[in-house]
Amino acid sequence: MEVGQMQRQWVDYTKSLFLEGFLDGQFLQLQQLQDESNPDFVVEVVYLFFEDSEKLLNDLTRALHSMLFWLATFECFMKVCCFWGFRFLCIFFPPSYRDQPSVDFKKVDAHVHQFKGSSSSIGASRVRNACIAFRNFCEEQNIEGCLGCLQQVKQEYYLVKNKLETLFRLEQQIVAAGGSIPMTELSF
Amino acid sequence: MAVLHPVVNQISEFDVDQQKLKNTKMEDEVLKSGVASGRVQKMTALIVDDNRVNQTIHHRLLQNLGIENQVVGNGKEAIDVHCSGKNFDLILMDLDMPVMNGIEATRKLRAMGIQSTIAGVSSRSLTDNIQEFIEAGLDDFQEKPLTIAKLVSILRKVQNHNN
Repeated sequence: MEVGQMQRQWVDYTKSLFLEGFLDGQFLQLQQLQDESNPDFVVEVVYLFFEDSEKLLNDLTRALHSMLFWLATFECFMKVCCFWGFRFLCIFFPPSYRDQPSVDFKKVDAHVHQFKGSSSSIGASRVRNACIAFRNFCEEQNIEGCLGCLQQVKQEYYLVKNKLETLFRLEQQIVAAGGSIPMTELSF
Repeated sequence: MAVLHPVVNQISEFDVDQQKLKNTKMEDEVLKSGVASGRVQKMTALIVDDNRVNQTIHHRLLQNLGIENQVVGNGKEAIDVHCSGKNFDLILMDLDMPVMNGIEATRKLRAMGIQSTIAGVSSRSLTDNIQEFIEAGLDDFQEKPLTIAKLVSILRKVQNHNN
């Protein structure tokens, strides 16, 4: 493919990311900060975002699933006790086992707040919006809502990651073919 | 407006973003040339934020405008840097941070007699309860994400403060 064609493909692909809501104006801000003295700024920041996001998603998955594990275990134990009529045995267990395990929604919310902040800073608007919904469920202490939002946030994150990696591959191809990234052509 | 096709709405928003960028780029160039010619005194800044993505972007935003800057990861590190004798024209202070948050750090810095321009920068909006943050001693507050335009607006406050 010749350079001109690749450049047109880059412009069309970038515009589609904005039209489909994957990226917003903040991404343009990052592109403005890239110049000859910092030629890889956008890629560096976005890959930093990927690194931090993977860690945040792992932390969130662990925090929410361990909560779910304890809830399921305790529920199962209660059912067995009730079935065999040994409910009274429960009084010999420490309060923490009798009461519903306390859920660290504050910790979950702190992780989501971080994720919302960094996704917003790079212009990943769908991820940011998914984080906003997630925080609302944290505030309500709604475990099922949180689990649903975790799936949504993961989905949106992996989608935008895929799109950005494709965009950067296109950029590499243009530069390798001796062309330049046509930033100034990003207008309708 | 509700009858417009959503794609047309998005195109309009994109155009607005592009226009805003053109305007702020002009302001950006004026400020940069001011710094380069010595008409605008070289400023120094401290970035206080625990998020690595924000640290990197804020560092680059300031560097782009010729502002020497340092980055720390929480309020306590901001206090420590000042205790080591350093001083800055501008402090970009995040709100939610581990160890020491932006409210406590701002209060402590003011109590230490630090008169730098402190701009609170948070993803919480003015409608969320950030009154306590402002009352801790902020000179300005900007909602994240920080843009070139928001930073230029903060820098004008620093210039006025210094004059």
